Amino acid sequence: MTGDLYDLWEVFVRARRGLSHQHVGSLHAPDAEVALRRARDLYTRRGEGVSIWVVPSGAVSASDPGEKEPYFTPARDKDYRYPTYYELPKEVRGL
Amino acid sequence: MSNARALTALTKTLKPLDGYALALGDDALISSHRLSEWLTYAPDLEEEVALANIALDQLGQARHLLGFAGRSSGLSEDELAYQRVDREYRNSLLAELPNGDFAHTILRLFFFSTYQRLLYAGLTASADGELAAFAAKAAVEVGYHHEYAVSWTLRLGDGTEESHDRAAAALAELWPYTAELFAVDEDVAALAAEGLVPDPESLAGPWSEQVGTVLAQATLGTAPSGTWRPSGGRAGLHTEALGYLLAEMQSVHRAHPGATW
Amino acid sequence: MTTISESRFDALLAADERIEPRDEMPEAYRATLIRQIAQHAHSEIIGMQPEGNWLTRAPSLRRKAILLAKVQDEAGHGLYLYAAAETLGVSRTELLDALHTGRQRYSSIFNYPTLTWADVGAIGWLVDGAAIVNQIPLTRCSFGPYARAMVRICQEESFHQRQGYESLHTLARGTEGQRAMAQDAVDRWWWPSLMMFGPPDATSTHSSRSTEWKIKRHSNDELRQRFVDLCVPQAEILGLTLPDADLRWNEQTGHYDYGEIDWAEFKAVLDGDGPCNRQRIERRTQAHRDGQWVRDAAAAYQAKHGQTPAARGTEGTDR
Repeated sequence: MTGDLYDLWEVFVRARRGLSHQHVGSLHAPDAEVALRRARDLYTRRGEGVSIWVVPSGAVSASDPGEKEPYFTPARDKDYRYPTYYELPKEVRGL
Repeated sequence: MSNARALTALTKTLKPLDGYALALGDDALISSHRLSEWLTYAPDLEEEVALANIALDQLGQARHLLGFAGRSSGLSEDELAYQRVDREYRNSLLAELPNGDFAHTILRLFFFSTYQRLLYAGLTASADGELAAFAAKAAVEVGYHHEYAVSWTLRLGDGTEESHDRAAAALAELWPYTAELFAVDEDVAALAAEGLVPDPESLAGPWSEQVGTVLAQATLGTAPSGTWRPSGGRAGLHTEALGYLLAEMQSVHRAHPGATW
Repeated sequence: MTTISESRFDALLAADERIEPRDEMPEAYRATLIRQIAQHAHSEIIGMQPEGNWLTRAPSLRRKAILLAKVQDEAGHGLYLYAAAETLGVSRTELLDALHTGRQRYSSIFNYPTLTWADVGAIGWLVDGAAIVNQIPLTRCSFGPYARAMVRICQEESFHQRQGYESLHTLARGTEGQRAMAQDAVDRWWWPSLMMFGPPDATSTHSSRSTEWKIKRHSNDELRQRFVDLCVPQAEILGLTLPDADLRWNEQTGHYDYGEIDWAEFKAVLDGDGPCNRQRIERRTQAHRDGQWVRDAAAAYQAKHGQTPAARGTEGTDR
């Protein structure tokens, strides 16, 4: 793979106050300042955001999708983590 | 229709504040036009998007200002943009110079946005409520143009030897044209005295200081010396470049008299 | 590629789940996607040129602003798509190089010239219209990054076709000269627009496997027919004629029949002999060459000022 002159950056945008930043895409830039500006120009030109993060793509560590079983399955069978697991008297209120 | 109108006479008799708005509008329109010439030629795809954003901001400002300027005379933004001849355009010469390379475009935008930032900040205090409200919105936009231009001025000035030389050449070529931005004529002096517009001369000091700081940081040294300070744009005396720009811009509109688009 | 991961890939496809970049996938699937996404990205970038040709001559300030925003969107859409292709392990540099050297293609529609202002309207109505018919199914394509890019692109492009139609509608109701200009533009852009859906199903080489992989959800001819059916009533409202003597409603099929497409012309343009193939690539490569010193300057500045790549935000790291 022929390398690019500039690093790849991942862009996260907070759509409005009260929401968390969400990944919206990526772009190339020589440094963080330019990456931020380019993210503003590219991903918020229709007023899609109030705040932007840019992160070098190389800094992202990802789980292996093949590891889906060990990583994500155990979470599913612990149904005591969910509110509907618990049986309460019908007449109780405010719970 | 409007073709028959003697626009020369009309724009000559515009009220002073309308004439002032027309000059600022022409600055924005011609700058936007020059920036739009970069599309499909920009040094990077991301830069295509950035330059178009700035061109669109400027075009929006131009439309607002031309609309304001023509209102009391019953002239639309398109009549003002497409049916005036070169001698009726009031933009500064700096705005109309051909793009040159990317360094020229960036240096021009840097000079221009630094000026516009100060100008619009001052105009937010105008006794004319509509102009003040417009200036408040435009100040935010040119604040970003300024940030963009500074960022590239630093990278070109302090980048490679080639980019430094190109930026230095652009600085030398464009610098003389910046003096015109702060020129005062009778009309503007009267408007400033009434608190309707900022006194252009009062912007010159802060402009030189802000520009000087960035040029130093960009290793581009101090402002060039020399006494040649071309001007005349505000009075309709332009460089030869404007004629070609307008011929192109107005060609379709003028080929179909009376048409709507 | 082990049997296990292939079956996992097949299972994801069968369940209509999206394939994501780090999933194992057949090499041919990866190669097909890179080719298709790159071609799509190149089309956006080259597609800026024919319309960009009228940016400095737009006949009203309103139209100038609309056109600027549209050409800008095309640059943005090219960027979204290059980024989607990059998740498959190919670099932007490689992709641009493939475009510049002719190893990868772009939509041949952009090898036709824009001769009058009305062409901007005709491109919006017909070319963007055809693109939308092609692209909407791609929002459900099996490869996640491509599908997501298409969702964003389709949302943003919704104004592209409308502005073109509105412009043609104004011209068609304008002066005699404007009306003639509009009809001439439609005459020239209609057939090339039909060619945008690609060769007839009987001869398409890539279609069947792409369908199995759920990259492609409808055949070329199906989409082409859908486009024709949409356009005929729209043309009537414009009061403009579509240049096809064989175009007529077919009661039995419930579709419009249309005439023979000149596939020899399609092939010639695709193979490099359209009116503007050379100019388009020359312009693109020249811009790339001329921009090299600028890109080098930014890289040198970064190296000098030692800003190591680090996350940055407009409001610090608050969560």
